Amino acid sequence: MERVAVIGVGQTAFEAERRGSTYAELVHEAASAALDDAGLDISDVDNIVTASNDFWDGRTISSMAVGDAAGAAAGEGRSISTVEGDGTAAAFYGMSRILSGAYRTTLVVAHSKASEGDGRLITNAFFDPVCERALGLDAVSAAALQARIFLEHSGKTTEDCARIVVKNRSHGAKNPKAQLRRPLSAREAAASPLVAPPLRSGDIAPGSDGAAAVILAGEDFAKRRGGKRVWVEGVGLCADAPLGQRNLWESRALRDAAKRAYAMAGINDPGREIDAAEVSEQFSYQELLWLDELGLARCERVNLSGGCLCAHAVIAAGLVRLIEAALQLRGEAATQAPAVQRALAHGQYGLCGASHCVWILGNDG
Amino acid sequence: MDEILVHESRIAVPYAWSAGEVLSRFLKALRDERKILATRCPSCRKAYVPPRKTCGNCFEACGEWLEVGPRGTLLSFTQALYDSPAHPRPSPIYGLIRLEGADTALAHLVGESKLENLRLGMSVEAVFSESRSGSILDILHFRPAS
Ligand SMILES: [Zn+2]
Repeated sequence: MERVAVIGVGQTAFEAERRGSTYAELVHEAASAALDDAGLDISDVDNIVTASNDFWDGRTISSMAVGDAAGAAAGEGRSISTVEGDGTAAAFYGMSRILSGAYRTTLVVAHSKASEGDGRLITNAFFDPVCERALGLDAVSAAALQARIFLEHSGKTTEDCARIVVKNRSHGAKNPKAQLRRPLSAREAAASPLVAPPLRSGDIAPGSDGAAAVILAGEDFAKRRGGKRVWVEGVGLCADAPLGQRNLWESRALRDAAKRAYAMAGINDPGREIDAAEVSEQFSYQELLWLDELGLARCERVNLSGGCLCAHAVIAAGLVRLIEAALQLRGEAATQAPAVQRALAHGQYGLCGASHCVWILGNDG
Repeated sequence: MDEILVHESRIAVPYAWSAGEVLSRFLKALRDERKILATRCPSCRKAYVPPRKTCGNCFEACGEWLEVGPRGTLLSFTQALYDSPAHPRPSPIYGLIRLEGADTALAHLVGESKLENLRLGMSVEAVFSESRSGSILDILHFRPAS
């Protein structure tokens, strides 16, 4: 099978409110940054995949609103398609399009402006309209139910979760793109207001405005271009049963996605073979849960970017993980781990991690 | 920077969602009989509540109906200590409840108890609303079982 490379990455800064730009303008900013990084022009891109969510954007076919900003109509125009889901799933689709043989290069872009909608109502709408929505649950209260089950079942504690908050916030403080750039002490994390017990405000990812983009290319194109590139060694995508029908202390879907990605990359012992990981922890307990399922519980180089706890532009969150993993491999991350040859990136979508996408990236060699 | 204008609006689109045959039977049993019904998969024997027409595990029709609850086990709980226009009552307490006879967890409200008096694994029971309309809120909430 042909290999696919990530040949360009770009992200906006993530902010609580980016009032000066529309979400389409954020898409253009991230796409332009990725093209600059790749040393390409939009004419070198032969197809585009966008990720967006109509409820967050407040319009139907929200992807079409960013088509021009992503370059769909520039020059001779090009194919554009869309994923309603996390940016990592859009990248999976973009890679599949290259592997189909129909395209050489894919621009993948994902965006959200969390400041413009009401996350409580938008994520309440994740629930079944006939027999669930009236209860008023949303992503935060549902996650609190998962958190309590996970802590009970794993024997981990809110202090373990606070350690994740402290670690990620200290990394985020050094990441110029992050929204929360002030470290949080263990005492501050433990004293942050209870939002939905056991979750405190420090345990919960902030809502961010921002966009992220990557350029993927087939092997021939990537090799001819030279330049900075990291290779996709493995990828896996899997969805789980709805809330209430699965064990919330575990994630069969993540185990499955990881198994597929590891098999594709030839990884037998992820704890030894993966040098750095970027996982989508929308809540502090999720980093512990996801790492367990990824076989990376002992990995010490996790979310050196600060993770979602420091910036979370909902739909873009996973693509930011992919970008940060690529930057680790390129030796360009704000908090750089030494000698990274292989990095993992993870994205999730839906309530309490209803679906997961796992990427293994590697350097030349 | 020049002044940036913000356009405030809302999407207000009415819907009329069909409950379908299966959820209609479930909701009518809440309304008319104060009973909680589940469906069971013939292959894996899993009993779903709210009832499902098909089993996600087996991709098969769940043809068998059974009554579950009204008692159940509290699998998790929390309290939303923030305001939300979606909340049906202020600072709602939520629980995941595995009803007696069911294999799935039902998310619902918990009432007649403070959060600090709730324990994982405790027995709870459904309290039905006096005025019922064929809605999930025909179960007013679950409370610690007497
Ligand atoms: Zn079944």
